Amino acid sequence: MKPVFKGLAWGAIGAALGVGLLVLLRLFFGLPGWKLEPAVVMAYLFGLSGWLLGVGVWDYWARGWLGLPNRPYTTTGWRRYFDFDTDHKVIGIQYGVLLVALFLIAGLLAMFMRYELMQPGRDLLNSAQYNRLMSLHGTTMIFVAVATIMGAFGNYLVPIMVGADDMAYPRLNALSFWFVPPVALLLVGAALAGGFDTGWTGYPPLAAVTKLGALFYNLAFLTIGFSSILGAINIITTVITMRAPGLSWGRLPVFVWSIIGTAILSLLFTQFIGLAMLMIILDRVAGFGFFDPARGGNPVLYQHVFWFYSHPAVYVMILPGFGIALEVISHFARKPLFAYRWAVAGMMGVVVLSAVVWAHHMFVAGMSEKLLIPFMVTTELISVPTGLVFLSALGTIWRGKLNLKTPMLFALAVIFNFLIGGITGVFLSDVPVDMHLQDTYFVVAHFHYTIVGGGIFGLFAGIYYWFPKITGRMYNERLGKIHFWWMFIAFNLTFLPMFWLGIHGMNRRIADYVPELGGLNRWVSLAAFVLGASFILFVYNMVRSWVRGEKAAANPWGARTLEWLIPSPPPLHNFPSVPEVVDDPYGYGVPGTVHARLSPSPSPASD
Amino acid sequence: MSSPAHANQAAHPYPRLYINRLGFWLFLFSESMLFAGLLATRFYLQGIQRPAELSQGLGLAITVILLLSSLTAYLSETYITYGDRPRFLRYTLWTMVLGTVFLVGVAFEWYAAFQHFPPWTPFGTVFFSMTGMHAFHVLSGVVLLGLIYYNGRRGAYGPQDAWPPEAVVKYWHFVDVVWVFFYAALYLVV
Repeated sequence: MKPVFKGLAWGAIGAALGVGLLVLLRLFFGLPGWKLEPAVVMAYLFGLSGWLLGVGVWDYWARGWLGLPNRPYTTTGWRRYFDFDTDHKVIGIQYGVLLVALFLIAGLLAMFMRYELMQPGRDLLNSAQYNRLMSLHGTTMIFVAVATIMGAFGNYLVPIMVGADDMAYPRLNALSFWFVPPVALLLVGAALAGGFDTGWTGYPPLAAVTKLGALFYNLAFLTIGFSSILGAINIITTVITMRAPGLSWGRLPVFVWSIIGTAILSLLFTQFIGLAMLMIILDRVAGFGFFDPARGGNPVLYQHVFWFYSHPAVYVMILPGFGIALEVISHFARKPLFAYRWAVAGMMGVVVLSAVVWAHHMFVAGMSEKLLIPFMVTTELISVPTGLVFLSALGTIWRGKLNLKTPMLFALAVIFNFLIGGITGVFLSDVPVDMHLQDTYFVVAHFHYTIVGGGIFGLFAGIYYWFPKITGRMYNERLGKIHFWWMFIAFNLTFLPMFWLGIHGMNRRIADYVPELGGLNRWVSLAAFVLGASFILFVYNMVRSWVRGEKAAANPWGARTLEWLIPSPPPLHNFPSVPEVVDDPYGYGVPGTVHARLSPSPSPASD
Repeated sequence: MSSPAHANQAAHPYPRLYINRLGFWLFLFSESMLFAGLLATRFYLQGIQRPAELSQGLGLAITVILLLSSLTAYLSETYITYGDRPRFLRYTLWTMVLGTVFLVGVAFEWYAAFQHFPPWTPFGTVFFSMTGMHAFHVLSGVVLLGLIYYNGRRGAYGPQDAWPPEAVVKYWHFVDVVWVFFYAALYLVV
């Protein structure tokens, strides 16, 4: 814990320096020394730097820049999880535990929202409180959906699946994780500073004038953006340069491909969310006029910049879910992944097309009408590469000998749920239909079906699938299956009726609705509570199994990919020597073949 | 490397220098998207309007200075790869000096701009955000050059160990190229 306290202390010093610098600068320019919002920004930026330096960048990294010797890293045991540890497996667990905790908290917020919506009229919350709760729920869940699979499984498994001993840049990897705790603190801080009521999209003009909490939201998004970009650089470089001998691109597990696609999206587009947040901060704090028409700005600009990131970001949330689903389906259907190359091409097609679809979020925003049809076409076009991924999944299931363990159930649910989410997306991309459905519960149902139904169900498939590998213990299969059916049924009972509510004009982001929709809303709320309760079982199963579960074998699923060839949990540096990849990862049913061999002789290159 | 020893690393076919270069280029790609966003914003908000008060002489002068600094940066990198430490240090210092002169030029530019189009006016918004973001990168480049200079004086780097200077110089070139676009978009459009 010492590094965390050191980070906090240095962060506090940094914040004080930032405020001091601001006051001096303002006095120098003849302004009154103190102004709250610029002070918050300066305190945060300097405080963040102080935190990162204190938590380990200074001791293990930055001293080298000044020619000083870096301190040796000696932390062992559980304390490694609270230190600047460069082992990708430690970082993966850090990401996973922190973000799943955030996921549960944000889910709890949704319970309060559904309680308010259980009947027409106001009962628990006033509309301002509802808006803040809704915004915090949305923003936190977006962060969770963007970062969890990439951060936890991307870090933990990609190096192992490509046969490497760690990421290409272990210290950069640790740095990208330690950006995330400040994000969690900012979200809490936003709630304490009066919350923010802009939804997760934070549109101006409201976002540039509303409560202080909105500024925290901007800073949180900026911070997690840094983390994503650094993580993306690391993942891409790792896969390109650290693959084991024989692991050609055509033998790369499909999960790794999905993470590469995700990393490309994060690398290129995250800059735009940073830019959008920066522009809002400049408007708000320094009086710039990006979005204020009175100062020559245009609020629609924000939507362009914001969605130029945020639409690709939904594929950042979905692609890893696809990757896990395909991976798990192949291993549990005991069949080669059908049309592997087409599935990869489909995921890369999604990556490319995602750059040219952003304005379908803006059909009613007042942009040029000439843009409506082109964006409708490109958006509908994206169902083609997505369809390739689906065909690959279906072709693999077809006549497979399905082993319906919990991970497989979740993976199949990804396919089921995302089909509903994807097809309703076609309606929303259609301009005339969207004019009716914009900002209704139809949209809410659609994106919960895609992001939760695809991304989060994929996350759970991954958690159950790799739990024995990561913890070295087996989860309780019976509880896992109960959790699956509980979550799956409750999820569909919650979100399927929302399509109907949306078509009948129930607005999203509003604490009240017309009384005629009361009956169905009561149903949705009850189903949502059941859905929420399912996670109690999940947490119980995970915690209990992690502490007391039976020891897991190295390869409990009989899978072929590299991570199952080494002990559970994997030792430091993963492999005793460099593995040699000799065949396809999915060649089930071909007798006598293996994906890779761990050569018994130690590598001649190991010093 | 101070991180735990990497037993397998040497077995990978790519040398460390290649890995570093690849990651660095990815970082530059990512950064270029940020500047592309600012560039697009300039045209989205202001079209091709340009106030007459913009000081063309000053703009041209700082552009020439920044481009010259790319030449000195290039020489600095080249000399360290040939092991010529004194010239490496000299040209690193020259690059820092030229970068600092550029920043002083931007400060003068801002001083004048505040009189005519401050940040809360339409052109001021794009002008100050673009030059500000760029100047921030120049400033960080000068700091990084300072680190290279400091370590170089203490005997670090050589023909076999030229990656830190190479990275900083690449970064410097990148920031220069960005300015070529920004200069054209701010000063030269009709």
